[in-house]
Amino acid sequence: MRLELENVCYSYTPARLALQDVDLALSNGESVALIGPNGSGKSTLLGLASGVLPPNRGAIRVDGRSIASFSPRQIARRLAMVTQERPMGFDFTVREVVAMGRIPHSARFARESRRDRVAITHAMDLADVRALGNRSIRAVSGGERQRVYLAMALAQEPEILLLDEPTTHLDLRHQVQFMSIVTAQVKSGTSAFVAIHDLTLAAQACNRIALLCEGRIVALGTAGDVLTRAHIESVFGVRVIIDTHRDLDAPFVLPTLSQDTASSDQAHAVDRT
Amino acid sequence: MIRSVNPARRRVGRWIGPALVLLTLASILCAVLLGPARVPLRSAVGALFGVESFLDSPVHRTIVRQLRLPRALLGLLVGASLAVSGVAMQGLFRNPLASPYVLGIASGASTGAAFIILFSASALLLPFGAFVGSAAAVSIVYLLARGRDRRTSIFTLILAGVAVGAFFAAITSFLIYLGSDGEKLSDVLFWMMGGLGRARWPSLALLAAVVLPGIGAVFFFARDLNALSLGEEGARHVGVNPDALYRWLLLLTTLLTAAAVAIAGTIGFIGLVVPHVMRLLVGPDHRRLLPFAALAGGCFLVLSDIAARLLLAPAELPVGVITAFLGAPFFLYLLKTRGAKL
Repeated sequence: MRLELENVCYSYTPARLALQDVDLALSNGESVALIGPNGSGKSTLLGLASGVLPPNRGAIRVDGRSIASFSPRQIARRLAMVTQERPMGFDFTVREVVAMGRIPHSARFARESRRDRVAITHAMDLADVRALGNRSIRAVSGGERQRVYLAMALAQEPEILLLDEPTTHLDLRHQVQFMSIVTAQVKSGTSAFVAIHDLTLAAQACNRIALLCEGRIVALGTAGDVLTRAHIESVFGVRVIIDTHRDLDAPFVLPTLSQDTASSDQAHAVDRT
Repeated sequence: MIRSVNPARRRVGRWIGPALVLLTLASILCAVLLGPARVPLRSAVGALFGVESFLDSPVHRTIVRQLRLPRALLGLLVGASLAVSGVAMQGLFRNPLASPYVLGIASGASTGAAFIILFSASALLLPFGAFVGSAAAVSIVYLLARGRDRRTSIFTLILAGVAVGAFFAAITSFLIYLGSDGEKLSDVLFWMMGGLGRARWPSLALLAAVVLPGIGAVFFFARDLNALSLGEEGARHVGVNPDALYRWLLLLTTLLTAAAVAIAGTIGFIGLVVPHVMRLLVGPDHRRLLPFAALAGGCFLVLSDIAARLLLAPAELPVGVITAFLGAPFFLYLLKTRGAKL
């Protein structure tokens, strides 16, 4: 399944464009990381890609067909979203939450079908939350909760995953665990847009990276193309060290607090990248 | 430590349905048997099922068929409507402290009822006045909360509900201040405390015609309410449009609550406590919660009404006094013991 954004503009208020002339395509089985400062338009882009926000200008197409021509239910069968944090008003069990991923696939009053049960169990296995099934969604840890919502998204059996800073509140282990599940899904054919703040994790987890700044895509390509000091320092306004390591396929990015250290390492870092 | 879902939920799950059905039948039977005039079981059964040979006296047939049975059935309908509206409101607001009255329905209905009682000759207009009052209050709240982008803001809805409720309460106070007839003033107060005394077959039939399809229609949205507990965005991501859900459920809960209040007055706490207790017992899945809350709300009101008729017999307490008297302490108990889980 191919998701295309062509020349898309969006504004929340007439005064300011939140997204401007965005051209971006997600092909089958590809993952694209969306990076950029807060307010650069990552979440807006995902809102547009999920069909929740209608573009002011430009076109959004799923397999060549305008996303506006799909019903919300049809979209939810193809695209699933995991966001940073979800409020949960009531004491649902983990399994009940994962089962909500089947809503777009089943009739209103239908009992859980065999097909539903298989999808739910499979999703819970993939996200490693099977053992939590009977626990309350409000009683699990933050890392577990994000995996539960990932399981819910996977139970939707989407062809495209939209992830909006899903690892922001997680510790190192849970960040890595979450992103490994996502990369495994991408390897098995699901496409993914991943808005993420951790540049190094983005570089390792995704096939391509789109760097956003003030609503525009200022760089798009492989991690090697996009994660350069020139790009990162001009967009984020901080000094960084970018380097490679023999165990990594992609470069890593280290922010530095001390301006001196950054400048003295400048030549060294540029050499390597 | 592994904290699993409230264990009561697992224990209770299987037998709660049959238990509630039995309790409902038992409460109707008690409502028919108990009251200032003694009706023996055999005679009551005779009256209910038309077995002349069981009847001790023809008066029993009148008492059972024309007074106590319609009154019990009214209790079931009103209790079920309030409980179902309460579940829907708590689901919409994603907040267990919401009740069917958060949008100012009770205040609007009171204003309408007070106006009719104080300034109209015909008591037959009373339900009509109460209904118009509630509809007016909720319409104002809804229009206020509807943004320019045609999306409904849930926060504005709550705040507008509080403000409009206070405004209508002020009108009611003003009407009461203007009213000079002491008997009529006590009628207004009695109405505001709620009671099932106006149960007659025609009004009961009319209420059933509104409320039963209304409750069915709320059940239709049960799964969407589950999705809404993921938040508005979360609901959209599984293909549920929260704006349509708000529109429909606000309309339906207004209809249910206004119809119930129009005949029975503003009975408090059922719409707050019953949804809550049932959620603790059967879990938050609205497909289970809604029907069980409907049954439990009906039972609770019928049983409260029995207490209202017996406690100071032959005088009759407003049933709203009983529901609040039982409901408020119970609610506080829940708040204290399960505060974190509310």
